Formats: sequence, structure tokens, C-alpha cells
Amino acid sequence: MLRQIAVPLAAVAAFLAFWEWIVWVNGWPNYKMASPSDLPPAFWRFGGLFLEMGWQTLWRTVAGLAIAVVVGTLLGMAMGFSRVARDALYPLLVGFNAIPKATLVPVIALIFIGQHDFNTVLMAFLISFFPIAVSVGIGLSTLEPEYRDILRALGASRVTIFRKIALPKTLPEFFGALKVSVTLAFIGTNLVEIVSPHGRGLGALFKSGETNGDYPLMFAVLIALAFLGIVLYYAVVALERIFAGWAERPAG
Amino acid sequence: MGDLIEIKGVTHAYRTQAGPLPVLRDLTLAIPEGEFAAVVGPSGCGKSTLTRLIAGLMKPDRGEVWLHGQIVRSPRKTVGMAFQNPVLLEWRTILQNVILPLEIVAPSMPRAKRVARAEELLALVGLTGFEGKRPSELSGGMRQRASLCRAIVHKPQVLIMDEPFGALDAFTREDLWQTMRELRRQEPFTAVLITHDLRESVFLGDQVIVLSGRPATAQHVMRVDLPADRTLDALYTPGAAAMLHTLREQISIAQGRGGAVH
Repeated sequence: MLRQIAVPLAAVAAFLAFWEWIVWVNGWPNYKMASPSDLPPAFWRFGGLFLEMGWQTLWRTVAGLAIAVVVGTLLGMAMGFSRVARDALYPLLVGFNAIPKATLVPVIALIFIGQHDFNTVLMAFLISFFPIAVSVGIGLSTLEPEYRDILRALGASRVTIFRKIALPKTLPEFFGALKVSVTLAFIGTNLVEIVSPHGRGLGALFKSGETNGDYPLMFAVLIALAFLGIVLYYAVVALERIFAGWAERPAG
Repeated sequence: MGDLIEIKGVTHAYRTQAGPLPVLRDLTLAIPEGEFAAVVGPSGCGKSTLTRLIAGLMKPDRGEVWLHGQIVRSPRKTVGMAFQNPVLLEWRTILQNVILPLEIVAPSMPRAKRVARAEELLALVGLTGFEGKRPSELSGGMRQRASLCRAIVHKPQVLIMDEPFGALDAFTREDLWQTMRELRRQEPFTAVLITHDLRESVFLGDQVIVLSGRPATAQHVMRVDLPADRTLDALYTPGAAAMLHTLREQISIAQGRGGAVH
């Protein structure tokens, strides 16, 4: 238990020390490259803003991810249960996923002008539903027929078979995808916050730091983003432990 | 007692891209109530198709499958199934796995009764103390024992097994054979066992049905003339040797290689 906390903390401390050292050795001023010791004052000066903007970023990411879970699961179910749906949807989804999402920001911004919350949530969703759809689809379509037969032979309905067998059996794949998706949704949110004018959230705070040449603020935002990303990721890990903990093999 | 399972002139073909693939041709069989029928035959001769037809998981192109005086048109709750792959649900404990069919067949049954029934069967197959374990914590033989318990927990009239011991090593398999006979002494099911193992068919069966090559028909039906309380030693008697020899010859014929075995 001690090791689980001490080792990551030591790694973070070592990273910060190295960062501080490289700035000091090169004699970089803080308008060129901020050092860790510049960060606490930046957080202190903009503390309220960090909380407000962090909340903006957080709720939009979670909202976009929630929509991605619903839509991705439905798409995955369609592809998992129907061959026709799989053949039809796969190329579309792969093609859509291949489009760099940064190119969609101006498109979305033009369609829904001024709808900043909506645009941000939409982007978080668009960028993150693909892994969920694919993993749920594969999880369902690779279900061995015997698993279905043990219940089907008893006259169980399709719904019962889905609830008792297919759904729980797909959960490990689902959570694997969700870990990827949560990071993607976070990137999508920040993409819109940074690129679109008059944005809100941590991305907009970063942008204003850039505009004002406030390097310590920009780096402080990056650290805040990293922290938020870690929190989101481990929230998913905690959910996975609760709902799909059985899939974890005991160590050794 | 009458025949519990009757297969009457069943013909079936699978539709493949290369055209219809006939697997069963005019197959007729009768299995009396309480009997244990072992079905042997060359690989790919339609044995698994037979299990799915009896279970009502598919319908034959022609002919009829009767169960207890009724035509089988769809799955029914009076059937239990076990496969070569134990297909235990990894997210459930052994006890919860065994209870699963009761959740479907007897939703109103009180939990205490379900647990008691599952524990009774697990004790019968020597899995007492493993009720709370996950399937991944058990050996292959133990998993198959749990799978058999699940197949009969709801007291089915018919137990259908598709090579349940096929993936086990020889000694574990013999242990499971004895477990199977023990279960039969305690539980009143009629059994259909698909197998590739002739010794298994003779040790467990009351009758052994040899299917011909594809499209399969009943080529030979043999009564197993061994005592009802037979032990593994019975397989080493001259009578058993003669039966095994006959079956080996029949398989060779089914494979299209004539009668002689050398």
C-alpha cells in the first residue's frame, strides 16, 4: 500500500526536480520556459479562475463522454447483433474516426455559432465514441454460441440472454475502451476551448495566458489539465473495479 | 416405460455458399425414458446437429423430433445441456453458475432453495468448499463437474452432452465418467452423450448408436451388456472387449474403410 503511493509520488518529485534543474542550468527566463517553482504563484494568483474553468472543462468532458457511452454502446450493439449493420457501419465509422478532429472545430463552430457549451460537448462526444462502439461490437459478435445456447435451450428470451450473458461478458472490453475514450473526450473538450474564440474552460485560460505572454500561467494550466486527466482516468478505473473486477486475474 | 426421445425420419442440410450440405439423412432413433444413449460416429457426421435438434435450438428440414409425446418445435425448460467447453460465466462464482438455469426456469423459487439444490449437486460431484470460487480458480476437470451440475440443476428430463469430457486428460476423464454414473444413480434424467471415445460410450451407455458418415443415418445400435453398477474394471472384461471391437469395426465402415480392423 505504501509502495503504491510512494513510488508514483517519488516519480513525480523526480520529474519536477529534473524540470527545475534543466531550466536553471540553461538560465531560461520565465517568459521562455517556466519552471515548477513559478507554478504555485500562478495557481495562487488565478486560484478562483482555475476552479471555475476546471469545472467547465470537467463537466463538458463528462457530458460528452456520457453521450459517447450511450451512442457508442447502441452502435456497438447494432454491429454486434446484425451482420448487415456491421458491414454498413464499419467503413463509415473508420472513415469518420480517421478525420483529424481539429479540422471539425471550425465546421462545428460555423454550424452552431456561439453555442460554446454545445460545441464543446459535441466535440468531446465525436472524438470519443469510436473505441466504445468498436469494442462493444466486437465483444458481442465474438460471443461463443455455446454461451447463448445454455440459456436459449431453456427457452430464455433474447433480452434475458443479453442481460445475463452478453452484457456482463462485454464489460471488460467496454471499460478498456472507456479508458481510451475518457482521455480522447478530454482532448476534444480542450481542443474546442483553445481554438474557438471567446471560449471558456481551462483551454481558454491557456489561450489567455498565451495572449498575455504569461508563461507561468500556461504551464500551470497544463499541470491542471494533467491533474484533471489523471482524476478522470482513475474514476474510470474505479468504476471498472466495481463492475468488472472479476476480469482481473489475481497476481502471480 | 415408453420412449422419451423419438427421432423420426429426420433429414437436415446446412445452407452453405457451395450449396446445401446434407448432414442427416432419414435418421430414426428411439431412446427410452431413463436410458443413457451414447452416440458415436466419424468427425463432422452431424452429431452436434443432432443435439441441437433434440434441444429445439433448430428445426429439421424434414422429419420430426418428439420429446415425451410432443413434437419439439422450440426450446423447452425440460432440457439440460453441457458442452466440451464448460462455458462457465467468469463473473459468477461456481455456486451462482450452477444456479443460473433456475433463474430462468423457476424465477419464483426462493433463493435458499436454489442454493440448497446447487450445494447438493456440488457435493455429489466433489466440489464442496469451492462454491465461492471463480471458474478461473478451478482445474479443467472441476470446471466440467460444475458445468454438469448446472446442466441438471433444474431437474431436466433430458440431459444432452456434446463431448463434455473431450478436452480432459485420460485420468481426469475416467474420474468424470464415474462422477457421471454417480449422478445418474441420484438423478432421474434420460441422457444423450455425443462422444469420440468408444470406451466412454461403453462405460456410460445403456445403448451405443453409431452414426454413418455424412449425411448421417443410424448405422448400428448396440445394447451395452454390462452390469448397471459397473466399475472401470468392467471395461477390461472379454465382453467389453468384444463390444469395443464391434464398435471399432462399425466406425471403420462409417468412415468408408470397410469392416476389417488391423
